[in-house]
Amino acid sequence: MQFLFYLFAAISVISAVFVVSAKSPINSVIALIVCFLSIAGHYILLNAQFLAMVHIIVYTGAIMVLFLFVIMLLNLNKSAEPVKTLATRIAAVIAGGVFLLTLLAAVRHGLDITPARDFDGGVGLVRSVGLSLFNEFLLPFEVSSILFLSAMVGALMLAKKEPAASAGTSPAAPAEKRVA
Amino acid sequence: MPILVTALLLVVLFVITLTVAAYSTYGERKVAAFLQDRIGPNRAGPFGLLQPLADGAKMFMKEDFVPKTANRKLFFLGPAIAMTTALLTGVVIPWGGTLTIGDLRIPLQGTDPEIGILYVFAMVSIGVYGIMLGGWASNNKFALLGAIRAASQMVSYELAMGLSIVALVMVTGTLSMNGIVQYQIEHGWGVLHQPLGFLLFLVCAFAETNRAPFDMPECETELVGGYHTEFSSMKLGFYLFAEYVNMFISSAVMATLYFGGYHVPGLAGTGWDPNLITLLGTAAMFAKTFFFIFFFMWIRWTLPRFRFDQLMNLGWKGLIPLAILNLLLTGGWAFIQPRLFP
Repeated sequence: MQFLFYLFAAISVISAVFVVSAKSPINSVIALIVCFLSIAGHYILLNAQFLAMVHIIVYTGAIMVLFLFVIMLLNLNKSAEPVKTLATRIAAVIAGGVFLLTLLAAVRHGLDITPARDFDGGVGLVRSVGLSLFNEFLLPFEVSSILFLSAMVGALMLAKKEPAASAGTSPAAPAEKRVA
Repeated sequence: MPILVTALLLVVLFVITLTVAAYSTYGERKVAAFLQDRIGPNRAGPFGLLQPLADGAKMFMKEDFVPKTANRKLFFLGPAIAMTTALLTGVVIPWGGTLTIGDLRIPLQGTDPEIGILYVFAMVSIGVYGIMLGGWASNNKFALLGAIRAASQMVSYELAMGLSIVALVMVTGTLSMNGIVQYQIEHGWGVLHQPLGFLLFLVCAFAETNRAPFDMPECETELVGGYHTEFSSMKLGFYLFAEYVNMFISSAVMATLYFGGYHVPGLAGTGWDPNLITLLGTAAMFAKTFFFIFFFMWIRWTLPRFRFDQLMNLGWKGLIPLAILNLLLTGGWAFIQPRLFP
């Protein structure tokens, strides 16, 4: 099991580094997919089967497909990548270096993590996830679902054409539709 | 010892899946011939039974051509992902009950995780990458259009499929594939509880496997060959083969979720040897699966193809509202039923 943990951890870290370092956006997306899959592997090691599968379905199977979809449609390539100015680059290096220093200082004496409570192998199973979602966390759960609903309605409103704009092009619209 | 048995079971499952997929190509031609009043393949072997072998050998012999402008790595990765994800799904399907040999109890199922149905769903959702990456890597307009169609179609129909599964899970109360079969053995087949859900699942299964009338990603009248236009030799073979494997697996999933899986009504009461009952159950499971494979082919050679906008309209404005309605009805019934019939 420990071997698997290190394997998944190595895959996650290497693919995550590749996501930001890859030149081609398609390669970045693929590395991110690999990263998500390895994180699902971590969930399975923790016996959180439900979380692992939902993670694969939602992130790997839906969100990343849409990412890839957009990148394919836009046909992004290296030349489309914005070139940063020298000042931005220097600022980025300094900010990154300071962050690295902070991290190193934090783990200088070794990481001593004591779990708040003992690991319970059943915590990630469907039954316990469902019970805690619909008892303990019912309000946050419902509020976040309303948040998603409002996001969906908002996206529809943005995607819908302005009535004035569509009225101007209405004679051409049916012909366009037939071609499409 | 049990690990060895499981490994053996998986190898057998692998061989059966490939054999069924290979003979589905033969079956497809024979069904097409039957529906069009022709004879179909009859030269290779008796009744043309060696035709899949001849096709496979032909695929291997062809030149493995990679276009100069293609992305070589992804061009290689696409068919591999398509085939791998297609083969991975069969592991959680319960192909039969439990065989008892001496002290050894062998469940005829690769593994039975408690989220089995979600696992199937996850593999289906990863499968689209094979088509998308392969189509994009070809660097060809038709292939790209096919890939984009595949992606949007699969994401759209996954929603309705997921909602119809949720309604089924609300009835059975379990996500485990074997658990769902056990529920059906006790309370009657899933199609009796979820007739509308089954219909939705069936339509979505056609779209998810890219089968006619939803085979827009490889629509040859518009896109030459769609996402596999540039593929040749065994890479093309993998794509075509993955489609048949997917068809076999989704037929098996439909048989499991809605038609009782390996359950044969009245067989448990006969008092026969349990091993015999298990084997008969497995035979019944395969019979149900083969019926659905035949159904897939029947539809393909009966209905004309949709137009792409019709397909999207059906998915978003037809199937998803119906799936939500089905969900509401199922939930309402689950709420009312204990109060009406305590």
